[in-house]
Parts: sequence; structure tokens; C-alpha cells
Amino acid sequence: MESGFSSPRNDSFPAGLRVLVVDDDPTWLKILEKMLKKCSYEVTTCGLARDALNLLREKKDGYDIVISDVNMPDMDGFKLLEHVGLEMDLPVIMMSVDGETSRVMKGVQHGACDYLLKPIRMKELRNIWQHVFRKKIHEIRDIESHDSFEGIQISRNLSDLSDDGHMFGREDLSSGKKRKDFENKHDDRDFGDNSSTKKHRVVWSVDLHQKFVKAVNQIGFDKVGPKKILDLMNVPWLTRENVASHLQKYRLYLSRLQKESDLKASFGGFKHSDLPLKDPAGSFGLQSSINTNQDDGAKGRYQFSGNNLFGQAVDIKNHEGDLKGIVSEPRPDNKTSLTPDVPDPQETSSTQMSFDHSFALGSEVKYAAFDCSIPAQYSWSETPEINFKQENKPVLQLEDGFSQLPPHAPQHHIQIDPLHSVQSITSGLSLTGRNTSGAIKVEPLYAEYKSAHVSHASPKESAIDMLPVQSKSHIIDNHSFEANSTAISSMKPQGFSLSCITDFESCHRNLISASDSTFAPFNEELTVCWLPGDFHSKNFGLPNFTDYNDPGFISEIPAHLYDALTADYECPFDQTEYTLVDQGLFIA
Amino acid sequence: MDKNRHLQRQLDMKRSLLDQGYLDEQFIQLEELQDDDNPDFVEETVTTFYNNSARFLQNIEHTLGDCPIDFPKLDNYMHHFKGSSSSIGATRVKNECTRFIEYCQAANAQGCVRTFLQVKQEHAILKAKLETYFQMAKSRIAAGAPSLCRSKNTSFAEFASYRKYKLFRKSDIVYRYLK
Repeated sequence: MESGFSSPRNDSFPAGLRVLVVDDDPTWLKILEKMLKKCSYEVTTCGLARDALNLLREKKDGYDIVISDVNMPDMDGFKLLEHVGLEMDLPVIMMSVDGETSRVMKGVQHGACDYLLKPIRMKELRNIWQHVFRKKIHEIRDIESHDSFEGIQISRNLSDLSDDGHMFGREDLSSGKKRKDFENKHDDRDFGDNSSTKKHRVVWSVDLHQKFVKAVNQIGFDKVGPKKILDLMNVPWLTRENVASHLQKYRLYLSRLQKESDLKASFGGFKHSDLPLKDPAGSFGLQSSINTNQDDGAKGRYQFSGNNLFGQAVDIKNHEGDLKGIVSEPRPDNKTSLTPDVPDPQETSSTQMSFDHSFALGSEVKYAAFDCSIPAQYSWSETPEINFKQENKPVLQLEDGFSQLPPHAPQHHIQIDPLHSVQSITSGLSLTGRNTSGAIKVEPLYAEYKSAHVSHASPKESAIDMLPVQSKSHIIDNHSFEANSTAISSMKPQGFSLSCITDFESCHRNLISASDSTFAPFNEELTVCWLPGDFHSKNFGLPNFTDYNDPGFISEIPAHLYDALTADYECPFDQTEYTLVDQGLFIA
Repeated sequence: MDKNRHLQRQLDMKRSLLDQGYLDEQFIQLEELQDDDNPDFVEETVTTFYNNSARFLQNIEHTLGDCPIDFPKLDNYMHHFKGSSSSIGATRVKNECTRFIEYCQAANAQGCVRTFLQVKQEHAILKAKLETYFQMAKSRIAAGAPSLCRSKNTSFAEFASYRKYKLFRKSDIVYRYLK
């Protein structure tokens, strides 16, 4: 028995196959690891889907095949399957104790190469290498069909490898080689007719996918078609077929998000667009920065922007891991009023964007995240209005979870058009919400923010900068809070927008400055600075400043903001130059 | 002789567990996986299983006590538990789990509660039997079989000397040692 297992000690394929096993049951992880080791495979185990995705993203070429359980607590196995398929294009095997036909069919639909039933036998695992081999063969065939030369080359390589028995033993080499070959081809345009006829294995990298999402957003999800996307993407070596198949996967992904967002949207009824979170994210250009990883659900929240964000959302999702710090993973406690977009935080690990936590407000966060993280990426202007509205709501929720507002330095840059700012504001709010406990119920006042805000926003930024100086942590908290309050108070559309923006920015600032994670103050500052008058909310920001340093401030702020709100803060700061430092300002 | 007797008793017990349906092929697989690198593999795995399953059982019990009962949640828990019990080859436990899931999907609270008691019972019976089984291995080793395995801490106190069990699989070697 054991001898049979230990026979493949030589370097021949499939020995050395690098397998990633994902299962929440530690007993099974242990058993599978042992079994795979007996097959002479290199095993890495993972108890959480998120960790698995992070591992896969860190080492793009580090694994040959993924084996995943279907029922996992943090993320659905099918979702993980889609992600892996979209981003890394690795063969994925699903496993489950449930062998119902419908489940198996779902697995295959989502792209699983195989579906194993538990308890899993050793012999089933010994044959998983065939999936890896099959994929490589297909790649070669694709190449051959278009470019016989290359195909020959590749097959020659392969045969050489297999002859040596090193093919898979040196997976890195072969796969890397294949990839390199492909890439070389891309670069050299050796194919000849590369732009339209070359058909090689396309690796949908993060950048490529972002381009794709952007193109889809531009066209409009409903009217999208592979040809249009291809034209917009303007990637010479990509073919229509590549785009078509990727679009199919993407649609599946979106529809799933849509369902989730629908569920989540129940909070705010935000269902803006049918577009899954992806959209919002997409538009913001958050690409990669936004990775609001929050689970897809969160992404759905982004729907708010449905309008244009469409493509982006995808980026966000995919890039969950990518957002460095910017990650606005709004940890929306979901319910966040923002519902529109922010919902995600739940799952998203705060890792990505420090933001997301800070934003906590799910929706808000998202926005904030977007804004923040996307330092200047927002192109939101278009949808922002709509979104903002929704965002506003979430903003209130701020409390949710800002705890983490990581100083989003980039956020300042968010400057984002007024629209964005609104979002940011909301997000900022959400951040503050954390601290402030969401006293602020920012209503979708944003609806109106005009671009005028934008201009204001800029000044704010400077103002914001000031804040960071003050008390980083507090500021942020305060800001966030402020932002919220401003958002709330600014119920007026315009003031709101500005305040939102400012808040947002402040939030960002806070985030950035307040590494402490108490961003609340940040928002305030933002609003304060720039809203020349309109922003009542701005005022909030100011008051916050004073309190920044006082952690307790944040909680106080809400009340204070409320006062401000009611009090009719005519915006103490008419001048955009409102120095944030003036904390004592207005607190209304 | 003494060792042979121990060994034989152990083998007999295993055979009876298999015949009676307490354990299945999966358990044999686990034993086959055990080797010099992991001399206590089976024992460790069983221990891990029992540690985790206790938690699941508690969760299920709590959920059953809720009013109204959250059937989808129960279904989810039980699926996990079933998958887990299939990992060590606990057939009877697994079968009871299947019945529970059926009742759950039919939203039959009474059926669920009844079946759950069965699940717990089978779970406990198997645990006792496995403890005895590993105890046998331990005593067999204590009876004189040379210890081949490094000592490992196992949560089961009874499994302390189970490490020698790995000899069990390599019957030739075992007999050689037993001489």
C-alpha cells in the first residue's frame, strides 16, 4: 500500500506538482495534505478562502492547481472558483460531501475542472495532474492553430520536457516558459497577424482585466459586446474570442454579485444599477486600488454607481488584494446606509485598504474607499450624484466600523470631483461613523453636489493636510465623524456635496494622517476647509478638530454634529481656507 | 506470544468495527497513510476530528434550542459535520447525519431533534470504541514491542503509547519485532 504511494520518487511528472488545498475543516486539511504528499506533490494548505486568494495573488505562478471545498464560512467555494478562474486561470477542483447533481452542475458551470465527493480516495488525488496537463495541452493547441511555428516550438518544448520527465517536475520552468513564450510573442508581435488572429493562451492579468472592466463600463453593460470591448481596450494581441470568453466569465461573476447585492441592498434599497459592485468600483478607477476586497457582497454595494462604475467594480473585486492601503474595503457592516455600494466590508479583510475598515460603513466605506484609495482616480463625476445619495445614507452608519481608517494619504487626492467627494464624504462619514457611532444620518443629500464642490475640495485638501499635522489619529476619527456630520448636516445638496467631498477628503486625510485609525476628525477638516459657506457640514469638520486629540471626541462629535445640523450651521467657514486648525470653530 | 495476542486482539477489534459498520474504507486509508514520518497519524486525525466535532455538536444543539428553529443554519452545520465525520470513516455517524439533513430539509423539528440524539449517540459510541482500539495498540506496544515512533502528544490520554501502532500496518515487521 504504502509502497505504491511512495513509488514516484523520481522527477518525472506529475511529481512535484504544486497544489493549494483550501478547506475549513482541519481534519480534512490534514488528511488531504498527507495524501497529496504521498503522491509526491508539493502541498500548501489553507483554512480560509481569503488567505488562499492572497497566497495565489502573491505568487502568481506559484501553484499549478487548486483544490477547494464548496462550503466555507468566509467565502463561497464557487466564488473562489470564479476568482481563481478570472485572475489566475488555474485549474480548480471542487470537493464536497454533498454530491447532488445540481451542485455538481453548478461547479462545472463556474469553471471547475472536476468535482470530488468526500470522502476522497487516494487514487482520485493521484490523478489530478491530468487537469494541469490538459490545460497546458490546450494552450499549445491554441497556439498551434494560429501559429504553427510557435505551436511547434511549444510542443517541442513540451515533448522535450516530457521526455525528460521534467515537464512538471519543473512546473515553474515549463509554465513560466510557456508564459514567457506567450509574452514574448505579445511583445514581439511575432505572430504575424497578432492583433486579430494570434490566439494564444491569454493570461488575464490585473491590468488587463482592469482595462476590460473599464471598456465594459464605458460601453455600458447592457450594450456590451466582445468586438466593442476589444476595440476599446486597444490591446493588439487580444482576440475577440479571448474577450468573449472572458466576458462570459465576467457576466457570471456579476450576476452572482448582483444577487448578493440585492440581498444586501435590502438595507438601503440602493440597488442602483444592476451592476454589481463592480461597477462602482470600476468607474472610480479604483482599479486595484479599491480592491475593497470585501467580499463580493460588498462589491455589489458599489452598484450604486451602476452607472459607470460598472467596470471598475470588477477591478475592485479582483484586486482585492491589490489595494494597498487604499483599499477601501469598506467594512460595511453592511447595513450601512450606503447600501448602494458599500456593503462590502464584511468580508473584506481590512488588510487591503486600511480604508475599508475605517469606512466601516459598508457603503460609505466603499465610497470612501474609492475616493481614498483611489487617489485621484475617481472619474466618478458621472454617477457620483446618484451614488452619493446613497452613500449618504450609509454614511451615517459610519459607526460601523471605521475603526480602521488607515490614513489614506492618497485619499486626499481624491479631490475627486464633487461627485466623488460626496462619496468620499460618505465614506468619510462612515469612517467617522465608527467613532461617532453613526449619529449622523447623512441623507442622500448629495444628490446635488455640483462640481463646484470639487473646486472647493481642492482647497480642502490643503486644509486637510493641515489636519494631519494635528493629531493624526484623532483627526481622522474626527474627520470621519465630521464628515458624517457634515454629510448629514449638509443635507443640502450642495453643501453636501462639498462637505462630502471635504469630508471625504478629510477622511482620507485622516486616514493618512491618522494611522491610528481614528479618522474621524479627518472628515471634518475636509469639509471645513473648503466649503465656503455652503457646507454646514464643514463646520462640523472644524469642531472636530479641537476634539481630535481627544479620542472621546469622536463620540461626542456626533451629538455635536447633530447640533450643528439642527443648528443651522450656516457654515461658519465661508472661506475655503478655513483652517482646519480652527477646531473650536463651529461645532455648531 | 503476549504481543501476538495483543496484536491479534487489535486486529480483531478493527475487523469487528469494520464489519459492524462503525468504520469504513476511509479508516483503512488513514492507516495506510501512516508511516514513519507520521507514526501517530491516525490517532492525531481522530483526535482532531473529535475536538472539532464537539464544537459542531454544540452549535447544532444551540440552534435546535432556538425558537423558531433556523433550518438552513442547521443544514449548514450538519453538512460540515457530516463531511468531517466522513474524513475518518465514521460510517454510522455519517448515516445519522444524512437522516438529520433530510429532516432538516423537510423542516421537521421533531425528526431533527430525534435524529440529533442518534447522531450524538453514535458519535460517543464510536469515540469509546476507538479509544479502546488505540488502547489496545498501546498495551501491545507496552507489552514489549519496540517503540518505533517518536513520542507525540495526543489529546487522548489513552493514546499515549499509541505511537507504536504504526507497527501494526507493517505486519511482517511487526511479527519480527514481536519475536
